Amino acid sequence: MPRAPRPARSPRRALPGFGLSLGFTLTYLSLLVLIPLAALFVRAAGLGVQGIWQELLSERLQHALLLSFGGALTAAAINTVFGSLIAWTFVRYEFPGKRLFHAMIDLPFALPTAVAGIALTTLYAEHGWLGAPLAQLGIKVAYTQLGIIVAMVFIGLPFVVRTLEPVLEDAEKQLEEVAATLGATRRQTVLHIILPAVLPALLTGAALAFARAVGEYGSIIFIAGNVQNISEIAPLLIMIRLDEFNYPAATALACAMLVLSFIVLFAINLMQAWARRHD
Amino acid sequence: MTRRSRSALAEPAPVRWLLTAVTLAFLALFLLLPLVLIFAQAFAHGLDAFAHALEDDDTWASIKLTLLTAAIAVPLNTVFGVAAAWAIAKFEFRGKSLLTTLIDLPFSVSPVIAGMLFVLLFGRNGWLGPWLAEHDIKIIFALPGIVLATVFVTFPFVARELIPLMQAQGTEEEQAALTLGASGWRMFWHVTMPNIRWGLLYGVLLCNARAMGEFGAVSVVAGHIRGLTNTMPLQIELLYNDPGEYSAAFAVASLLALLGFVTLALKNFLEWRHGDELAALRGRG
Repeated sequence: MPRAPRPARSPRRALPGFGLSLGFTLTYLSLLVLIPLAALFVRAAGLGVQGIWQELLSERLQHALLLSFGGALTAAAINTVFGSLIAWTFVRYEFPGKRLFHAMIDLPFALPTAVAGIALTTLYAEHGWLGAPLAQLGIKVAYTQLGIIVAMVFIGLPFVVRTLEPVLEDAEKQLEEVAATLGATRRQTVLHIILPAVLPALLTGAALAFARAVGEYGSIIFIAGNVQNISEIAPLLIMIRLDEFNYPAATALACAMLVLSFIVLFAINLMQAWARRHD
Repeated sequence: MTRRSRSALAEPAPVRWLLTAVTLAFLALFLLLPLVLIFAQAFAHGLDAFAHALEDDDTWASIKLTLLTAAIAVPLNTVFGVAAAWAIAKFEFRGKSLLTTLIDLPFSVSPVIAGMLFVLLFGRNGWLGPWLAEHDIKIIFALPGIVLATVFVTFPFVARELIPLMQAQGTEEEQAALTLGASGWRMFWHVTMPNIRWGLLYGVLLCNARAMGEFGAVSVVAGHIRGLTNTMPLQIELLYNDPGEYSAAFAVASLLALLGFVTLALKNFLEWRHGDELAALRGRG
Protein backbone atom coordinates (compact mmCIF):
# COMPACT_ATOMS: atom_id res chain seq x y z
CA MET A 1 0.00 0.00 0.00
CA PRO A 2 1.47 3.41 -0.93
CA ARG A 3 2.04 5.55 2.08
CA ALA A 4 2.43 9.28 2.43
CA PRO A 5 5.88 10.14 3.73
CA ARG A 6 5.74 10.58 7.47
CA PRO A 7 6.43 14.02 8.81
CA ALA A 8 9.79 14.29 10.47
CA ARG A 9 9.63 13.22 14.10
CA SER A 10 9.07 16.09 16.43
CA PRO A 11 11.89 16.90 18.80
CA ARG A 12 12.46 14.28 21.48
CA ARG A 13 10.71 14.53 24.81
CA ALA A 14 8.12 16.89 23.42
CA LEU A 15 5.45 15.09 25.42
CA PRO A 16 5.10 15.69 29.14
CA GLY A 17 5.40 13.09 31.87
CA PHE A 18 8.70 11.47 30.96
CA GLY A 19 10.30 12.07 34.35
CA LEU A 20 7.21 11.07 36.28
CA SER A 21 6.46 7.87 34.33
CA LEU A 22 10.07 6.67 34.11
CA GLY A 23 10.72 7.55 37.75
CA PHE A 24 7.66 5.65 38.89
CA THR A 25 8.51 2.69 36.62
CA LEU A 26 12.06 2.42 37.93
CA THR A 27 11.04 2.81 41.59
CA TYR A 28 8.25 0.24 41.35
CA LEU A 29 10.42 -2.20 39.39
CA SER A 30 13.29 -1.85 41.86
CA LEU A 31 11.20 -2.20 44.98
CA LEU A 32 9.14 -5.17 43.84
CA VAL A 33 11.43 -7.12 41.53
CA LEU A 34 15.07 -6.03 41.43
CA ILE A 35 15.79 -5.54 45.13
CA PRO A 36 14.09 -8.80 46.19
CA LEU A 37 16.01 -10.70 43.47
CA ALA A 38 19.27 -9.01 44.42
CA ALA A 39 18.62 -9.92 48.05
CA LEU A 40 18.42 -13.59 47.05
CA PHE A 41 21.83 -13.46 45.39
CA VAL A 42 23.36 -11.49 48.26
CA ARG A 43 22.12 -14.18 50.64
CA ALA A 44 23.60 -16.85 48.37
CA ALA A 45 26.90 -14.97 48.32
CA GLY A 46 26.78 -15.04 52.11
CA LEU A 47 26.86 -18.85 51.94
CA GLY A 48 30.12 -18.72 50.03
CA VAL A 49 31.10 -20.93 47.10
CA GLN A 50 31.89 -23.73 49.52
CA GLY A 51 28.52 -23.46 51.20
CA ILE A 52 26.55 -23.43 47.95
CA TRP A 53 28.58 -26.33 46.57
CA GLN A 54 27.89 -28.33 49.71
CA GLU A 55 24.15 -27.83 49.24
CA LEU A 56 24.31 -28.68 45.53
CA LEU A 57 26.02 -32.00 46.28
CA SER A 58 22.80 -33.33 47.77
CA GLU A 59 21.49 -36.21 45.69
CA ARG A 60 17.89 -35.21 46.33
CA LEU A 61 18.54 -31.71 45.01
CA GLN A 62 20.27 -33.00 41.89
CA HIS A 63 17.36 -35.34 41.15
CA ALA A 64 14.89 -32.49 41.54
CA LEU A 65 16.86 -30.19 39.23
CA LEU A 66 17.33 -32.92 36.64
CA LEU A 67 13.62 -33.73 36.71
CA SER A 68 12.51 -30.09 36.40
CA PHE A 69 14.90 -29.21 33.60
CA GLY A 70 14.66 -32.55 31.76
CA GLY A 71 10.88 -32.49 32.05
CA ALA A 72 10.59 -28.87 30.90
CA LEU A 73 12.86 -29.49 27.89
CA THR A 74 10.89 -32.62 26.93
CA ALA A 75 7.60 -30.78 27.31
CA ALA A 76 8.91 -27.86 25.25
CA ALA A 77 9.95 -30.30 22.50
CA ILE A 78 6.51 -31.97 22.51
CA ASN A 79 4.85 -28.55 22.44
CA THR A 80 7.04 -27.48 19.55
CA VAL A 81 5.78 -30.41 17.45
CA PHE A 82 2.09 -30.26 18.41
CA GLY A 83 2.09 -26.46 18.71
CA SER A 84 3.37 -26.09 15.12
CA LEU A 85 0.84 -28.60 13.90
CA ILE A 86 -2.01 -26.79 15.68
CA ALA A 87 -0.88 -23.34 14.53
CA TRP A 88 -0.57 -24.63 10.96
CA THR A 89 -4.07 -26.14 11.01
CA PHE A 90 -5.64 -22.94 12.33
CA VAL A 91 -3.81 -20.60 9.95
CA ARG A 92 -4.09 -22.61 6.76
CA TYR A 93 -7.24 -24.75 6.95
CA GLU A 94 -10.95 -24.13 7.34
CA PHE A 95 -13.15 -26.50 9.32
CA PRO A 96 -16.40 -26.33 11.30
CA GLY A 97 -16.07 -25.11 14.89
CA LYS A 98 -12.75 -23.43 14.12
CA ARG A 99 -13.50 -20.27 16.14
CA LEU A 100 -14.53 -22.20 19.21
CA PHE A 101 -11.52 -24.49 19.16
CA HIS A 102 -9.27 -21.52 18.52
CA ALA A 103 -10.61 -19.72 21.58
CA MET A 104 -9.73 -22.78 23.66
CA ILE A 105 -6.00 -22.58 23.00
CA ASP A 106 -5.55 -19.90 25.68
CA LEU A 107 -7.32 -21.99 28.31
CA PRO A 108 -4.07 -22.94 30.13
CA PHE A 109 -3.34 -19.19 30.50
CA ALA A 110 -6.74 -18.48 31.97
CA LEU A 111 -7.24 -21.55 34.14
CA PRO A 112 -5.61 -21.21 37.59
CA THR A 113 -2.80 -23.71 38.04
CA ALA A 114 -4.26 -25.41 41.11
CA VAL A 115 -7.51 -25.94 39.23
CA ALA A 116 -5.66 -27.38 36.24
CA GLY A 117 -3.66 -29.52 38.64
CA ILE A 118 -6.59 -31.24 40.34
CA ALA A 119 -8.45 -31.57 37.02
CA LEU A 120 -5.51 -33.26 35.28
CA THR A 121 -4.90 -35.52 38.27
CA THR A 122 -8.53 -36.67 38.40
CA LEU A 123 -8.56 -37.14 34.63
CA TYR A 124 -5.44 -39.32 34.56
CA ALA A 125 -5.89 -41.13 37.88
CA GLU A 126 -6.35 -44.90 37.77
CA HIS A 127 -10.15 -44.66 37.53
CA GLY A 128 -10.22 -41.34 35.67
CA TRP A 129 -11.79 -40.71 32.28
CA LEU A 130 -8.41 -41.03 30.54
CA GLY A 131 -6.54 -42.87 33.27
CA ALA A 132 -8.76 -45.97 33.11
CA PRO A 133 -8.36 -46.66 29.36
CA LEU A 134 -4.64 -45.88 29.60
CA ALA A 135 -4.29 -48.27 32.54
CA GLN A 136 -5.78 -51.02 30.35
CA LEU A 137 -2.89 -50.41 27.97
CA GLY A 138 -0.51 -50.62 30.91
CA ILE A 139 0.30 -46.89 30.90
CA LYS A 140 0.29 -45.11 34.23
CA VAL A 141 0.24 -41.32 34.05
CA ALA A 142 -0.89 -39.87 37.37
CA TYR A 143 1.70 -39.93 40.18
CA THR A 144 4.57 -40.69 37.77
CA GLN A 145 7.12 -38.67 35.83
CA LEU A 146 4.84 -39.01 32.81
CA GLY A 147 2.18 -37.07 34.73
CA ILE A 148 4.68 -34.24 35.27
CA ILE A 149 5.32 -34.07 31.51
CA VAL A 150 1.57 -34.04 30.80
CA ALA A 151 1.08 -31.06 33.15
CA MET A 152 4.09 -29.25 31.66
CA VAL A 153 2.78 -29.78 28.11
CA PHE A 154 -0.63 -28.47 29.20
CA ILE A 155 0.67 -25.17 30.57
CA GLY A 156 3.21 -24.61 27.78
CA LEU A 157 1.06 -25.25 24.71
CA PRO A 158 -0.40 -21.73 24.19
CA PHE A 159 3.07 -20.14 24.16
CA VAL A 160 4.13 -22.04 21.04
CA VAL A 161 0.83 -21.70 19.18
CA ARG A 162 0.42 -17.99 19.96
CA THR A 163 3.98 -17.08 18.98
CA LEU A 164 3.84 -19.07 15.76
CA GLU A 165 0.44 -17.99 14.43
CA PRO A 166 1.19 -14.36 13.49
CA VAL A 167 4.43 -15.42 11.75
CA LEU A 168 2.66 -18.15 9.76
CA GLU A 169 -0.04 -15.65 8.81
CA ASP A 170 2.56 -13.19 7.57
CA ALA A 171 4.70 -15.81 5.82
CA GLU A 172 4.68 -14.89 2.17
CA LYS A 173 2.65 -17.25 0.09
CA GLN A 174 4.40 -15.77 -2.93
CA LEU A 175 7.64 -17.48 -1.99
CA GLU A 176 5.80 -20.77 -1.80
CA GLU A 177 4.28 -20.11 -5.22
CA VAL A 178 7.69 -19.36 -6.66
CA ALA A 179 9.07 -22.55 -5.17
CA ALA A 180 6.14 -24.48 -6.62
CA THR A 181 6.60 -22.92 -10.05
CA LEU A 182 10.25 -23.86 -9.97
CA GLY A 183 9.17 -27.44 -9.46
CA ALA A 184 9.61 -27.93 -5.74
CA THR A 185 7.52 -30.63 -4.12
CA ARG A 186 5.32 -29.71 -1.17
CA ARG A 187 7.76 -31.39 1.14
CA GLN A 188 10.67 -29.39 -0.20
CA THR A 189 8.65 -26.17 0.09
CA VAL A 190 7.76 -26.87 3.70
CA LEU A 191 11.30 -27.85 4.65
CA HIS A 192 13.22 -25.17 2.75
CA ILE A 193 10.85 -22.22 2.51
CA ILE A 194 8.38 -22.30 5.39
CA LEU A 195 10.43 -23.87 8.18
CA PRO A 196 13.37 -21.42 7.97
CA ALA A 197 10.95 -18.48 7.98
CA VAL A 198 9.17 -19.58 11.15
CA LEU A 199 12.15 -21.09 12.98
CA PRO A 200 13.00 -17.99 15.09
CA ALA A 201 9.39 -17.70 16.26
CA LEU A 202 9.28 -21.43 16.92
CA LEU A 203 12.35 -21.10 19.16
CA THR A 204 10.82 -18.12 20.97
CA GLY A 205 7.70 -20.15 21.66
CA ALA A 206 9.73 -23.12 22.84
CA ALA A 207 11.78 -20.85 25.15
CA LEU A 208 8.63 -19.35 26.68
CA ALA A 209 7.07 -22.79 27.16
CA PHE A 210 10.28 -24.06 28.74
CA ALA A 211 10.61 -21.09 31.11
CA ARG A 212 7.03 -21.52 32.26
CA ALA A 213 7.29 -25.30 32.71
CA VAL A 214 10.59 -25.34 34.58
CA GLY A 215 9.31 -23.15 37.40
CA GLU A 216 5.72 -24.42 37.39
CA TYR A 217 4.34 -25.62 40.68
CA GLY A 218 0.54 -25.59 40.97
CA SER A 219 -0.47 -27.71 38.01
CA ILE A 220 2.31 -30.26 38.66
CA ILE A 221 2.35 -31.09 42.36
CA PHE A 222 -1.07 -32.74 42.39
CA ILE A 223 -0.31 -35.11 39.51
CA ALA A 224 3.38 -35.68 40.30
CA GLY A 225 3.13 -38.03 43.28
CA ASN A 226 6.08 -36.16 44.79
CA VAL A 227 8.25 -39.18 45.61
CA GLN A 228 11.70 -38.15 46.74
CA ASN A 229 14.42 -38.72 44.09
CA ILE A 230 11.78 -39.85 41.57
CA SER A 231 8.96 -37.38 41.04
CA GLU A 232 9.90 -34.43 43.23
CA ILE A 233 10.30 -31.24 41.16
CA ALA A 234 12.74 -28.48 42.13
CA PRO A 235 10.09 -25.86 43.11
CA LEU A 236 8.54 -28.41 45.48
CA LEU A 237 11.92 -29.10 47.08
CA ILE A 238 12.36 -25.34 47.62
CA MET A 239 8.94 -25.30 49.26
CA ILE A 240 9.91 -28.22 51.54
CA ARG A 241 13.19 -26.55 52.56
CA LEU A 242 11.38 -23.29 53.32
CA ASP A 243 8.88 -25.14 55.51
CA GLU A 244 11.84 -26.59 57.44
CA PHE A 245 13.30 -23.05 57.76
CA ASN A 246 16.38 -24.43 55.96
CA TYR A 247 17.03 -21.15 54.16
CA PRO A 248 20.60 -21.97 52.96
CA ALA A 249 19.39 -25.05 51.06
CA ALA A 250 16.38 -23.19 49.62
CA THR A 251 18.59 -20.27 48.57
CA ALA A 252 21.20 -22.49 46.89
CA LEU A 253 18.51 -24.39 44.97
CA ALA A 254 16.68 -21.20 43.94
CA CYS A 255 19.93 -19.66 42.65
CA ALA A 256 20.82 -22.86 40.79
CA MET A 257 17.37 -22.84 39.14
CA LEU A 258 17.58 -19.19 38.13
CA VAL A 259 21.11 -19.50 36.77
CA LEU A 260 20.32 -22.71 34.85
CA SER A 261 17.13 -21.17 33.41
CA PHE A 262 19.03 -18.14 32.20
CA ILE A 263 21.68 -20.38 30.62
CA VAL A 264 19.01 -22.38 28.75
CA LEU A 265 17.19 -19.21 27.66
CA PHE A 266 20.49 -17.69 26.54
CA ALA A 267 21.31 -20.83 24.53
CA ILE A 268 17.89 -20.67 22.84
CA ASN A 269 18.58 -17.00 22.10
CA LEU A 270 21.85 -17.96 20.40
CA MET A 271 20.06 -20.60 18.34
CA GLN A 272 17.58 -17.94 17.35
CA ALA A 273 20.30 -15.55 16.22
CA TRP A 274 21.79 -18.43 14.23
CA ALA A 275 18.39 -19.23 12.66
CA ARG A 276 17.89 -15.57 11.69
CA ARG A 277 21.29 -15.42 10.01
CA HIS A 278 20.53 -18.55 8.00
CA ASP A 279 17.05 -17.43 7.08
CA MET B 1 -1.48 -24.01 -12.96
CA THR B 2 -0.09 -27.43 -13.55
CA ARG B 3 -1.00 -30.26 -11.35
CA ARG B 4 2.47 -30.52 -9.96
CA SER B 5 2.69 -26.91 -8.83
CA ARG B 6 -0.73 -27.14 -7.21
CA SER B 7 0.43 -30.10 -5.19
CA ALA B 8 3.41 -28.05 -4.05
CA LEU B 9 1.18 -25.25 -2.73
CA ALA B 10 -1.12 -27.25 -0.52
CA GLU B 11 -1.10 -30.60 1.15
CA PRO B 12 -3.13 -33.40 -0.41
CA ALA B 13 -6.63 -33.69 1.08
CA PRO B 14 -5.91 -36.79 3.20
CA VAL B 15 -2.95 -35.00 4.82
CA ARG B 16 -5.14 -31.96 5.51
CA TRP B 17 -7.82 -34.13 7.11
CA LEU B 18 -5.26 -35.99 9.15
CA LEU B 19 -3.64 -32.80 10.49
CA THR B 20 -7.02 -31.28 11.31
CA ALA B 21 -8.11 -34.46 13.06
CA VAL B 22 -4.92 -34.61 15.12
CA THR B 23 -5.30 -30.93 16.09
CA LEU B 24 -8.91 -31.31 17.14
CA ALA B 25 -8.27 -34.55 19.01
CA PHE B 26 -5.31 -33.00 20.85
CA LEU B 27 -7.29 -29.91 21.85
CA ALA B 28 -10.34 -31.92 22.89
CA LEU B 29 -8.38 -34.41 24.99
CA PHE B 30 -5.83 -32.00 26.40
CA LEU B 31 -7.78 -28.79 26.95
CA LEU B 32 -11.51 -29.38 26.72
CA LEU B 33 -11.73 -32.57 28.75
CA PRO B 34 -10.11 -31.12 31.92
CA LEU B 35 -12.52 -28.16 31.78
CA VAL B 36 -15.55 -30.41 31.36
CA LEU B 37 -14.31 -32.61 34.20
CA ILE B 38 -14.13 -29.70 36.66
CA PHE B 39 -17.81 -28.86 36.19
CA ALA B 40 -18.84 -32.53 36.09
CA GLN B 41 -17.13 -33.13 39.44
CA ALA B 42 -18.42 -29.90 40.97
CA PHE B 43 -22.03 -30.87 40.24
CA ALA B 44 -21.56 -34.63 40.66
CA HIS B 45 -23.71 -34.62 43.79
CA GLY B 46 -26.26 -32.15 42.58
CA LEU B 47 -26.92 -28.46 42.98
CA ASP B 48 -27.60 -28.70 46.71
CA ALA B 49 -24.23 -30.25 47.45
CA PHE B 50 -22.60 -27.58 45.29
CA ALA B 51 -24.34 -24.75 47.15
CA HIS B 52 -23.61 -26.41 50.48
CA ALA B 53 -19.88 -26.61 49.66
CA LEU B 54 -19.79 -22.88 49.01
CA GLU B 55 -21.61 -22.03 52.24
CA ASP B 56 -18.65 -23.11 54.33
CA ASP B 57 -17.22 -20.20 56.38
CA ASP B 58 -13.57 -20.90 55.51
CA THR B 59 -14.44 -21.12 51.83
CA TRP B 60 -16.26 -17.78 52.02
CA ALA B 61 -13.26 -16.25 53.77
CA SER B 62 -11.00 -17.54 50.97
CA ILE B 63 -13.27 -16.04 48.29
CA LYS B 64 -13.21 -12.67 50.06
CA LEU B 65 -9.43 -12.80 50.49
CA THR B 66 -8.92 -13.61 46.80
CA LEU B 67 -11.17 -10.72 45.74
CA LEU B 68 -9.41 -8.33 48.15
CA THR B 69 -5.94 -9.39 46.96
CA ALA B 70 -6.87 -8.90 43.31
CA ALA B 71 -8.52 -5.57 44.15
CA ILE B 72 -5.17 -4.30 45.48
CA ALA B 73 -2.68 -6.03 43.17
CA VAL B 74 -4.40 -5.46 39.82
CA PRO B 75 -4.81 -1.64 40.13
CA LEU B 76 -1.17 -1.37 41.29
CA ASN B 77 0.11 -3.25 38.25
CA THR B 78 -2.29 -1.35 35.99
CA VAL B 79 -0.90 2.03 37.08
CA PHE B 80 2.61 0.64 36.69
CA GLY B 81 1.80 -0.80 33.25
CA VAL B 82 0.46 2.53 31.96
CA ALA B 83 3.41 4.49 33.37
CA ALA B 84 5.98 2.03 32.01
CA ALA B 85 4.32 1.93 28.59
CA TRP B 86 4.15 5.74 28.47
CA ALA B 87 7.88 6.08 29.20
CA ILE B 88 8.96 3.25 26.91
CA ALA B 89 6.62 3.82 23.96
CA LYS B 90 6.62 7.61 23.74
CA PHE B 91 10.23 8.51 24.53
CA GLU B 92 13.73 7.54 23.46
CA PHE B 93 16.27 6.94 26.18
CA ARG B 94 19.31 4.81 26.86
CA GLY B 95 18.79 1.39 28.40
CA LYS B 96 15.25 1.11 27.03
CA SER B 97 15.60 -2.47 25.81
CA LEU B 98 17.20 -3.47 29.11
CA LEU B 99 14.24 -1.94 30.94
CA THR B 100 11.81 -3.88 28.73
CA THR B 101 13.68 -7.11 29.46
CA LEU B 102 13.67 -6.42 33.20
CA ILE B 103 9.91 -5.82 33.19
CA ASP B 104 9.45 -9.31 31.68
CA LEU B 105 11.80 -10.88 34.24
CA PRO B 106 9.09 -12.09 36.65
CA PHE B 107 7.77 -14.37 33.89
CA SER B 108 10.95 -16.43 33.99
CA VAL B 109 11.11 -16.71 37.77
CA SER B 110 9.36 -19.71 39.31
CA PRO B 111 6.34 -18.62 41.40
CA VAL B 112 7.79 -20.55 44.34
CA ILE B 113 11.01 -18.51 44.10
CA ALA B 114 8.91 -15.33 43.80
CA GLY B 115 7.22 -16.10 47.10
CA MET B 116 10.52 -17.11 48.64
CA LEU B 117 12.08 -13.70 47.81
CA PHE B 118 9.61 -12.01 50.15
CA VAL B 119 10.08 -14.64 52.85
CA LEU B 120 13.83 -13.95 52.74
CA LEU B 121 13.18 -10.23 53.11
CA PHE B 122 10.29 -10.10 55.57
CA GLY B 123 10.09 -13.58 57.15
CA ARG B 124 10.98 -14.51 60.72
CA ASN B 125 14.61 -15.17 59.74
CA GLY B 126 14.59 -12.57 56.96
CA TRP B 127 16.54 -9.34 56.71
CA LEU B 128 13.78 -7.14 58.00
CA GLY B 129 12.19 -9.89 60.12
CA PRO B 130 13.47 -8.79 63.55
CA TRP B 131 12.62 -5.12 62.93
CA LEU B 132 9.12 -6.02 61.73
CA ALA B 133 8.57 -8.27 64.74
CA GLU B 134 9.65 -5.46 67.07
CA HIS B 135 7.14 -3.08 65.54
CA ASP B 136 4.47 -5.76 65.39
CA ILE B 137 4.07 -5.54 61.62
CA LYS B 138 3.03 -8.76 59.88
CA ILE B 139 3.88 -9.18 56.21
CA ILE B 140 4.57 -12.87 55.79
CA PHE B 141 1.62 -15.14 56.70
CA ALA B 142 -0.62 -12.09 56.26
CA LEU B 143 -2.34 -10.00 53.58
CA PRO B 144 0.66 -7.76 52.67
CA GLY B 145 2.79 -10.81 51.80
CA ILE B 146 0.00 -12.31 49.70
CA VAL B 147 -0.39 -9.02 47.83
CA LEU B 148 3.38 -8.65 47.29
CA ALA B 149 3.69 -12.19 45.89
CA THR B 150 0.66 -11.63 43.65
CA VAL B 151 2.02 -8.31 42.37
CA PHE B 152 5.34 -10.01 41.53
CA VAL B 153 3.86 -12.85 39.46
CA THR B 154 1.41 -10.57 37.61
CA PHE B 155 3.94 -7.75 37.22
CA PRO B 156 4.41 -7.68 33.40
CA PHE B 157 0.85 -8.37 32.18
CA VAL B 158 -0.49 -4.83 31.63
CA ALA B 159 2.84 -3.32 30.54
CA ARG B 160 3.38 -6.09 27.98
CA GLU B 161 0.03 -5.45 26.30
CA LEU B 162 0.37 -1.65 26.29
CA ILE B 163 3.98 -1.17 25.14
CA PRO B 164 3.58 -2.54 21.57
CA LEU B 165 0.17 -0.91 21.24
CA MET B 166 1.38 2.56 22.28
CA GLN B 167 4.51 2.21 20.19
CA ALA B 168 2.39 1.48 17.13
CA GLN B 169 0.21 4.52 17.80
CA GLY B 170 3.11 6.99 17.85
CA THR B 171 2.92 10.47 19.34
CA GLU B 172 1.25 12.59 16.64
CA GLU B 173 -2.19 12.73 18.23
CA GLU B 174 -0.84 13.69 21.63
CA GLN B 175 1.31 16.38 20.11
CA ALA B 176 -1.68 17.79 18.25
CA ALA B 177 -3.60 17.98 21.53
CA LEU B 178 -0.72 19.82 23.19
CA THR B 179 -0.44 22.22 20.27
CA LEU B 180 -4.13 22.97 20.66
CA GLY B 181 -3.45 23.95 24.26
CA ALA B 182 -4.47 20.86 26.24
CA SER B 183 -2.73 20.28 29.56
CA GLY B 184 -0.72 17.11 30.07
CA TRP B 185 -3.38 15.27 32.05
CA ARG B 186 -6.17 16.44 29.76
CA MET B 187 -4.23 15.14 26.77
CA PHE B 188 -3.71 11.81 28.58
CA TRP B 189 -7.37 11.31 29.52
CA HIS B 190 -8.89 12.57 26.28
CA VAL B 191 -6.39 11.37 23.66
CA THR B 192 -4.21 8.57 25.01
CA MET B 193 -6.74 6.71 27.14
CA PRO B 194 -9.43 6.33 24.43
CA ASN B 195 -6.72 5.00 22.12
CA ILE B 196 -5.44 2.36 24.49
CA ARG B 197 -8.62 1.41 26.39
CA TRP B 198 -9.20 -1.96 24.71
CA GLY B 199 -5.57 -3.00 25.02
CA LEU B 200 -5.65 -1.85 28.64
CA LEU B 201 -8.79 -3.85 29.36
CA TYR B 202 -7.19 -6.88 27.70
CA GLY B 203 -4.09 -6.61 29.90
CA VAL B 204 -6.14 -6.03 33.05
CA LEU B 205 -8.25 -9.13 32.31
CA LEU B 206 -5.20 -11.37 31.97
CA CYS B 207 -3.58 -9.79 35.04
CA ASN B 208 -6.74 -10.34 37.07
CA ALA B 209 -7.13 -13.97 36.00
CA ARG B 210 -3.58 -14.73 37.08
CA ALA B 211 -3.90 -12.68 40.30
CA MET B 212 -7.00 -14.55 41.44
CA GLY B 213 -5.58 -17.92 40.45
CA GLU B 214 -1.99 -17.64 41.67
CA PHE B 215 -1.03 -20.65 43.75
CA GLY B 216 2.73 -21.28 44.06
CA ALA B 217 3.89 -17.82 45.13
CA VAL B 218 0.98 -17.28 47.49
CA SER B 219 1.42 -20.76 48.92
CA VAL B 220 4.93 -19.80 50.13
CA VAL B 221 3.97 -16.54 51.83
CA ALA B 222 0.47 -17.31 53.10
CA GLY B 223 1.20 -19.97 55.71
CA HIS B 224 -2.08 -21.83 55.05
CA ILE B 225 -4.02 -20.49 58.01
CA ARG B 226 -7.59 -21.74 57.53
CA GLY B 227 -10.15 -18.98 57.24
CA LEU B 228 -7.45 -16.31 57.54
CA THR B 229 -4.73 -16.50 54.89
CA ASN B 230 -6.10 -19.12 52.52
CA THR B 231 -6.94 -17.73 49.10
CA MET B 232 -9.25 -19.70 46.81
CA PRO B 233 -6.48 -21.75 45.17
CA LEU B 234 -5.05 -22.63 48.61
CA GLN B 235 -8.53 -23.52 49.84
CA ILE B 236 -8.90 -25.82 46.81
CA GLU B 237 -5.67 -27.60 47.76
CA LEU B 238 -6.82 -27.98 51.37
CA LEU B 239 -10.22 -29.38 50.38
CA TYR B 240 -8.74 -31.63 47.68
CA ASN B 241 -6.36 -33.26 50.17
CA ASP B 242 -9.26 -34.00 52.53
CA PRO B 243 -10.95 -37.17 51.19
CA GLY B 244 -14.37 -36.09 52.47
CA GLU B 245 -14.23 -32.71 50.76
CA TYR B 246 -13.30 -33.89 47.29
CA SER B 247 -16.33 -32.47 45.49
CA ALA B 248 -16.17 -29.29 47.59
CA ALA B 249 -12.68 -28.78 46.14
CA PHE B 250 -14.16 -29.02 42.66
CA ALA B 251 -17.02 -26.69 43.60
CA VAL B 252 -14.52 -23.94 44.52
CA ALA B 253 -12.40 -24.88 41.49
CA SER B 254 -15.42 -24.48 39.24
CA LEU B 255 -15.77 -20.84 40.38
CA LEU B 256 -12.18 -20.14 39.34
CA ALA B 257 -12.67 -22.13 36.13
CA LEU B 258 -15.71 -19.95 35.43
CA LEU B 259 -13.53 -16.87 35.96
CA GLY B 260 -11.04 -18.29 33.46
CA PHE B 261 -13.85 -19.08 31.05
CA VAL B 262 -15.28 -15.55 31.25
CA THR B 263 -11.77 -14.10 30.82
CA LEU B 264 -11.29 -16.17 27.67
CA ALA B 265 -14.71 -15.21 26.32
CA LEU B 266 -14.05 -11.48 26.91
CA LYS B 267 -10.56 -11.78 25.45
CA ASN B 268 -11.93 -13.38 22.29
CA PHE B 269 -14.74 -10.84 22.12
CA LEU B 270 -12.19 -8.00 22.34
CA GLU B 271 -10.06 -9.59 19.64
CA TRP B 272 -13.10 -9.97 17.40
CA ARG B 273 -14.70 -6.57 18.07
CA HIS B 274 -11.59 -4.41 18.40
CA GLY B 275 -9.12 -6.57 16.53
CA ASP B 276 -7.92 -3.66 14.38
CA GLU B 277 -7.03 -1.61 17.44
CA LEU B 278 -5.29 -4.56 19.02
CA ALA B 279 -3.47 -5.55 15.83
CA ALA B 280 -0.19 -4.27 17.22
CA LEU B 281 -0.42 -6.92 19.91
CA ARG B 282 -0.50 -9.79 17.48
CA GLY B 283 2.49 -8.59 15.51
CA ARG B 284 5.01 -9.11 18.26
CA GLY B 285 7.18 -12.17 18.20
